[in-house]
Order: sequence, then C-alpha cells, then structure tokens
Amino acid sequence: MNELAHRPGSMPGFRSAALDWLYLAALLSGAALALVRYGSHMDGYDTAILIIHVPLLTAVGWHWKPFRGFAATVALLALAAIALYQGDLARADQTFALKYLISSQTAIMWMSALVFIATGAYWLGLIAGADFAERTGSALTWVAVAMGTTGLLVRWYESYLLGPEIGYIPISNLYEVFVLFCLITMLLYLYYETRYGTRRMGAFVMVIVSAAVGFLLWYAFSRGAHEIQPLIPALQSYWMKVHVPANFVGYGAFALAAMIGIARLLAGRGILAARLPAERILEDVMYRAIAIGFAFFTIATVLGALWAAEAWGTYWQWDPKETWALIVWLNYAAWLHMRLTGGLRGAMLAWWAVIGLAVTTFAFVGVNMFLTGLHSYGSL
Amino acid sequence: MQRGTARDLFELLSSMRFAISLLTALGIASIIGTVVQQNEPFNAYLNQFGPFWFPVFETLGLYSVYSAPWFLVILAFLVLSTSLCIVRQTAPMLREMRSFRERAREVSLRQFAHRSEFSCSLHADDALARIEDYARANGFAARTDRRPDAVLVAARQGSLSRSGYFLAHGAIVLICVGGLLDGDLPLRAQLAFGAKSSTSAGQLIADIPESSRLPESNWSFRGNVFVPEGRSNRYAVLRLDDGILLQTLPFSIALEKFHIEHYDNGSPSRFASDLTITDVETGQSFSHTLEVNRPLFHHGIAIYQSGFEDGGSSLRLRAHSLLPGHPARQQDIAGAIGDVLPLSDKGYAHTLELTEFRAFTVEDVVPDPDQEARQGSVLTQVQRQLGSGAGAPADKAMRNLGPSFVFRLRDEAGQAREFHNYMMPVERDGAWVVLSGVRDSAAEEFAYLRLPLDEDGRLETWFSLHGLVFDPARHEQIASRFAERSLPGADEATRTRLTATARHVLDLFAERGYETVARFIETTVPSDERERALDLFLKILNGLVWEAWAIQHEQSGREAPILDEARARYLSNATTALSDSLLYGAPLYLQLLDFTQRQATVLQVTRSPGKAVVYAGFLLLILGIFAMLYIRERRLFVLLKNNGDVLVALSSNRRTVDVDEHFGRHVDALRLILDPAFAPDTPAMPR
Ligand code: HEM
Repeated sequence: MNELAHRPGSMPGFRSAALDWLYLAALLSGAALALVRYGSHMDGYDTAILIIHVPLLTAVGWHWKPFRGFAATVALLALAAIALYQGDLARADQTFALKYLISSQTAIMWMSALVFIATGAYWLGLIAGADFAERTGSALTWVAVAMGTTGLLVRWYESYLLGPEIGYIPISNLYEVFVLFCLITMLLYLYYETRYGTRRMGAFVMVIVSAAVGFLLWYAFSRGAHEIQPLIPALQSYWMKVHVPANFVGYGAFALAAMIGIARLLAGRGILAARLPAERILEDVMYRAIAIGFAFFTIATVLGALWAAEAWGTYWQWDPKETWALIVWLNYAAWLHMRLTGGLRGAMLAWWAVIGLAVTTFAFVGVNMFLTGLHSYGSL
Repeated sequence: MQRGTARDLFELLSSMRFAISLLTALGIASIIGTVVQQNEPFNAYLNQFGPFWFPVFETLGLYSVYSAPWFLVILAFLVLSTSLCIVRQTAPMLREMRSFRERAREVSLRQFAHRSEFSCSLHADDALARIEDYARANGFAARTDRRPDAVLVAARQGSLSRSGYFLAHGAIVLICVGGLLDGDLPLRAQLAFGAKSSTSAGQLIADIPESSRLPESNWSFRGNVFVPEGRSNRYAVLRLDDGILLQTLPFSIALEKFHIEHYDNGSPSRFASDLTITDVETGQSFSHTLEVNRPLFHHGIAIYQSGFEDGGSSLRLRAHSLLPGHPARQQDIAGAIGDVLPLSDKGYAHTLELTEFRAFTVEDVVPDPDQEARQGSVLTQVQRQLGSGAGAPADKAMRNLGPSFVFRLRDEAGQAREFHNYMMPVERDGAWVVLSGVRDSAAEEFAYLRLPLDEDGRLETWFSLHGLVFDPARHEQIASRFAERSLPGADEATRTRLTATARHVLDLFAERGYETVARFIETTVPSDERERALDLFLKILNGLVWEAWAIQHEQSGREAPILDEARARYLSNATTALSDSLLYGAPLYLQLLDFTQRQATVLQVTRSPGKAVVYAGFLLLILGIFAMLYIRERRLFVLLKNNGDVLVALSSNRRTVDVDEHFGRHVDALRLILDPAFAPDTPAMPR
C-alpha cells in the first residue's frame, strides 16, 4: 500500500535505480582511490572536503538525474586531459586533443562558443516557435557546461604542473570566477528546465550567460587575464575554497531570477506571451531562484566573515566588498519579505528582481572597478 | 489613550513595513560608507572635499559612517524591530505549530484554493484507517475529529519551518548585539564616560599621556602592534577618528626576523614573522612563527599577521649638489627610515624625510598585453588563447631593480616633493643609467631622471659636467674653446661670432634645458628653417658639453678624451639628463651608497568578546533560513462524510507552484486507495 503513495509516473524504473547505484559506486570508488593514492598529501581539511563531496554529489545526482551523466562526462574528460598531459605542461601545444579540445583554455573557449550558439538556438526556438531549435539549445548548453567544467578542472591540474607550490583551485581571480559564474548559472537553469519541463526560459537566461562570456573573452584577449598566476598569501585559505562557490551560487541564481523577471515583464505586456510559460510559472521560478540564491549568499557571506576573521583579524570591517554583499543580501531579504508577508506579486516583484541584478552586478564587478578596498584580487 | 499609543507604537515597530524601511535605510547608509573612503587621515578628506564641505561631512559622521551615532540608531531600531516582531509572532506561531485545525468546518475547507471531491466506495472505518495510514506514511502527523455527519482527518507536516523563523530572526538580534560589542562602541563609551581621550598620531610611545592609554583589562579592542626586527613591543595602537589610543597588552611581542618569500615571477608567496612572546606577569615566553591566515590566540587575544613595513633600515647616502659651481659639492649623510633630517648647504635649507626602503624593487617589465593582444589577425589571437592556462614563461619577466628608497624633500616654505631613488644602474638603450623618480604628490606618477654612468661606472663625471655647464662664470670659456676647436683655422671675427652664438646656446640651455632652446627657435626662426636651426643648435650644444668634458678631463689631469661611439652615447644621455635635471625640483641628488635593512612586522591584535555570540548567530541564521525556505509546511485535510463523499483540501504557507503538484499527487493517491475503481489515466504533473 505504501508504494501507492508514489505517483505512478514517478516510480523509479529499474534502469534508473541501477544507474543511481552505479553513480554512487563511481563516486565512492573515486573518493577511495583519491584517498588511498594521495591521502598522504592531504591534510584534515582536504580529506573532509573530499569525503563531503560524495554525499553531496550523490544527493544532487539522485535528485536530478541528468546530473549523473554530466558528472561522469566531466570526470572522464578531465581524466583524459590529465592522462594526455603526462605531467608535462608543454604537451598542451603538442597534443592535438589537448591543444584543440580539452586543455583548460581551449575547453573554456569551446564553452564560450557553445554558449553563444546555444543562446541563438534558444532565441530561434522562442521566436520561430521551433521546438527542435530549443532542444538543440538545451543540448548545446549541456555540452557548454561540460566543457567549461572540464576547463576549470584541467586548469586546476595545470596550475600544479606550473609548480607544486603554485597550484591552487581555480576560483581565485576574476577570470576564473567568471567562468564559475557561467557554469553555475547554466546548471541552475538546466535544473529548472528539467524541473518545470519547459525550455522556453532558456532564451532569456542564456543572454546573461552570453554577456558574462563576452566579458570573459574581452578579459582574456585584451588583458591576458587567463594566465594562471600564483596566489598571494591572503588568498591561501580554506575558507576561500568554500566561500567563493557559495557566493557564485548566489550571484548565478540572482542573475537567473532577473532574466526570468524580464521574461515575466514581457509576458505581462503580451510580448512572446503565447510562447513563454504561464506568468505564475515564471514567478515561481523567480522565487525559487531568489530563495536558493539568498540561502547560499547567506552561507557565502558567513564564510567570508569567518575567512576575514583569519586573514584580517575581524569578521566584519565594512570593507566595500563586504558592505556591498550586505546590501545585496538586505535587498533580497526585503524582496522575500515583500513577497511572503507584504503580499507583493506580479510585475512589481519582477521589476525588483531585475533591479536586484544591477545591485548584484555592482557588488560583483563594480566594487572592484570603482571602489578601493581589501578585496584587491579582482581589480581590472 | 496611553495604552492605545503604546499599542500603536508596538504595532508600528514590529510591522513589516517598518522593517523594510529599516533594511532600505541600512542599505543606503552602507552605500555612503563605501563611496566615501572610511577612516582616512582627516587631511586627506580636507584635500578631497575642500574647507567648506569637510566640516559638514565630519559632523554627519561620513568619515566613519559605521560607527556614526545615526547609523547605530538604525541598527538599534533593526534589533528592536526584529525583537518586537519575534515577540509579536511568538504566540500565533506557536499556536500554528501546535494546532492541527481539526475543528475546521466544511465551509471553510471549501474556501481552499486546493480542494477536490470524489466519492468513496469503502466502509467508513476502513476508509478512515487507510487515510490515517496514508498520512502517516507520507510524513504527516494527523489528528482525527469525529463529527455527527462526518469524520475529518487533519494532517500537517513541516511545522519545523516555523521554528526557522525564530532561529533566523533571533540570529539577527544576536549578530547585531555581538557586533556592537566588538565594534568601536565600547571604546567610544570609554571616551565619553571615562577620563580617556585620543591623542595625535606620530608621537613616541613614552610621550603618550596616561589619559590616552587603555589598561590591560580592557575587554574589547582592535589595534596594531608594530615591531621592528630585534625589538619588542607591548603596546597596540588603536585608531579612532583622527587620533590614536594606546592599548597595553599582557605580553610583549619581540620580532626576530620577518620573512617574505616570492614566487619565481616576483609576486609574494609568503609573509611570516618569527616572534617571541613573553608574559609580562610571569616572564614566561615562547616562540611562534605567525603567518597570514593562521592567527595565534594568547590570553584571549588573537594575533594576526596583517602587514609589514620598514623598521628603520639605516642608509648611507651621498648628496650631490645640483647647484651650479665647480667642483660639484658632495656631502655624506647617514640616516634611518623614519628620520627627519635637516639638509642645508649654501643656497638652500631643506628637511629630508626618509620614508621607505626596499631591498628588492620588483617591477613588471612585461610588454603591455593590451598592445600585444591587438597585434595579429583574429585567427592568431584565437590561436594564442588555445592551450593551457599557463602563460609562456617569457611573458612573465618581472625584474628586480635592486634596492631603492623613497624620501621627501621639504623646502623652507613647507612644500614637499617625493623622490624614489634606485641604487643600482639599469640598462636603457644600451647605456647604463641610474634612475631617480620625482613627483609633486602621491596622486601623480613618478617622472624619471636618468643619470648616466661614466667609464668608471660612476656618476661623478656627470656631476662635474653639470657643475660646468650650468655655471654662468664658465660659459665664456666653454664657448670660446668650442669655437676654437670647431674652426681651427678661421679668422678672429668668425670665431668671435661662433663664440657668441655658442655662448647664447649655453645660456638658453642653462635656463630650462631643451625647453628654452626649442622656444627660442620657435619664436625667432621662420617655420621652414626651424628643423635645420634645431639641428644646428643641438650640434653646438653637444659640442659644448663635449668641451666641458674635455675641461673636466684636463682638470683631473687626464688625457683629452677621444670621441667614439660609447662616448657619443654618453654625451647624448648626459645632455638629456642635464636638461631634465633643471626640472628635477631639488637642489641635490641623493645617491644610496649602502644600507642595512631592518624590517618590521605589523600585527593586528584583537580581543572580541562578541565573536562567540556572532558565530552562534551565524549558525542559527543559516539553519533558520534553510528551515524557512526549504521545510514546507503543509496541511492536508480529508473530510470523509457519512454519505461516502470525500473532500480533500490542502494548504501551505508558501504559495509555490509545486503545491499544485503535491496536491494532485495526494488526491490521486487518496482516490486510488479509497475508490479501487478509480485509475488515473495521466500522471498528475509532467516531470
Ligand atoms: C536582516 C533582517 C532580516 C532577514 C535576513 C530576514 C529573513 C527572512 C527570511 C529569509 C524569511 C523567509 C522568507 C520566505 O520564506 O520567503 C523571513 C520571513 C519572515 N520575516 Fe524576516 N528577516 C529579517 C528581518 C525581519 C524583521 C525586522 C521582521 C519584523 C517585522 C521580520 C519578519 C518576518 C516574518 C513575519 C516572516 C514570515 C515568517 C513565516 O511566515 O514563516 N523579518 N525573514
């Protein structure tokens, strides 16, 4: 009788369940292998972080099935790159597969190109009403995320090839976090795409990702920002490694919410309304995105405070970057309150989400450009 | 009436509208604080805002917004508002958490947005049992209410969501209160109510009055301890507005050595201080190496590596006069970084402020990537982007230019210029020169004087040339020797003419170098002949400097120099440097002969009683927010009427779309167990 509690359509098929276990087994054996082979080089933090990733990735993969395939692909590509490198950085220019496919910078370039094409495909689908184009957009976005993630993972490895004391996790400068931003925004979007069973929001979300990629390319081509530079002492911290990803879940989710907000505003005026999901669906996605963004942004800010306490001696000292994080946080706290208890709905809330992106963008890049402070790593 | 006002006030303060206004106000106030740089010396503000706005902004507290009274008032209201909000919500929330609403009447269930009706073919008791089982199996707690005409199963789940409210909002109060304890409020309170006052910076520790010293027992402070190598210190300097206070520590901190390590590319990889910490009371001591990101805790005080400075490196300097007169005057000086020394000679009386010394001056000599990137076709640019993230090794040529020091020269009128002088020569266009940067204010870039090294690798020749070329008394001699050498066989009259011309060139040059020469040509020569005239003037100038060089050789009893390529290059560099030296803005050049480096570490020491409170607040905040956002409170009502009709209704405290999905699932499942004849044809909601 208990089984009946499940909706018939949601009963996990045997194949899917088997894949779930296979996925878990792969994660477990990967972690075990890493522990056995490299455990002696890892300290307590490293080990803890490695172990925590097993349940974390399991939960994500079990809850959101397509993630399993994505994780497997990325793992294989990254391992292939490592195998091809054979510990020699110079092979990036000698081996065809590395040079044109999966060395870090090439993979990130692939991601960039795919993001643009996917954006075009989604728009074609939206305007011409072509489902096929939207399916293509969705597939390309998946490939783009896979390439980008591979790029960052391989970059991590490359940084160690430069010198064991130089190696660091590549989420430490503005270039790397922009890549991270693109990845997280796309992943969040793909999640909502499966969750709500509609690809029609992709056109909007991918615009912001394209904008980020545009910046990324400018930054790499004209400033040479893609070069791996060793970390200054203040950035050599464990807190940073959790602080930054949490922050970017926040930024990515807020950006996504704003783009959905734009879609909602257009739909409210009858533009593309026939093709876009219902207004209440758009509003729901917006709320969910802001909720998850807010939750992670809270974690990020707290971790930032803990890190600041170690690096600068105070958990809070009103440094401009910190202060702007607080402003962003207060803004979305107000947004959530207005929605929940103020009963605010519809266009107003959508406008607010769009304006929220302006505030977020300033906190993300504006502070680095216009204000001086201790977060000097990201200056343009 | 009284009562009503208090009630109204309570309503207002605990209202959502008020809370949102506070959040907005806090946001705007914070923005101000990021736009106006905080806690700078007041002089900087005076320069920035001018004499009119400076006091206005000072009164508004814009130089330390985050401890300004009005800012603290906003924070206090936020604490008050949140606390009152909690107070106000407690009773209804607890009621909500406890109640099952099993008394809900059918009419009110019919008002629910999510409701569905169908009929049940089972026996009532069997149906009830199945409903209760279903609720339990799906994570609901349920209570059953029997009525004459029906039975209601009222089930609920996720009431923990409400406790999230208490956690998160309580956390905000905790964080604000803890933060206030660690901020500079306690210090300001001591200033306001105790007999303490801040004093001006830049005094000796011994001179600081008792009224500006804080006792060891002070329970909340944050300050910097400055310890030069080989010394020790037990006082932390606390900055407040434009003044300082001295905090006595229960231990003294001695610095043995400060380490900076670099990556191959020249950027720093590690800062560390070898410290010995000695308890003042017991005399016990221990050694510790402090690093960035790895604080040390001792006696409830946290010690952090926060920076480094020069700890008074001693320098041996040679002042070369840049005033005309030959032989050039020299003066040797000994000083240490931080010293202010009188520096006077015939013609000037300056003060020398030695501000900074660097044993390594690492400079980025990477070719401007902007320029490099713009070269080449799109294809080659993309090609350049492929591959690993590691740049080509040659791209990262950071160069160590060796020791250098920074100083200010202040004239009698109090005007100061800043100089950055290097000890070692650098190669520029095939010749060795010594650099000296000069600027009028910190806002400007340094402009460089490049002094050429002579054949002995010394600067002396250039200074002799300087003395000769800029000494009006020598001009006639140089000019006539030049004329003689240029026109050996010519008649008297021609030679006199050339001498006069040469003399004129020399006089012009001695005024403001190339600048006056160029201006003279511009104003007196028709435009189509200017180029030739300039060429001629420069040739004469070169010849004159060459003559001065010959004179210098004669005077030092050496053979006359013979012009070759290296000497020609020296001549041209020397002439340029002569011209630049007229704009140098100092009557002397300071050459760094020797140094003994002494570094100092800057440590931050804090005692923060609120830290534990704030950290507890952080934890509760995160738990609370996740609970509120991700634990969904749901109430499921199943009304089983005696006539076999079933009414299912669902409510939720968050109106999200997935409530529809959940509701559809529950209805389908309930129908399936209550009415075996029913078979859903489509899944309730697409995946
Ligand atoms: C910085 C300050 C604050 C933060 C970060 C904060 C955070 C939150 C969050 C995240 C929620 C959940 C929103 C949702 O589920 O969509 C919430 C709900 C709520 N907040 Fe706040 N809040 C703050 C201040 C206040 C203040 C000052 C009040 C009092 C007026 C207040 C009253 C409420 C109420 C009544 C709820 C609804 C709780 C429920 O129905 O479960 N909050 N708050």
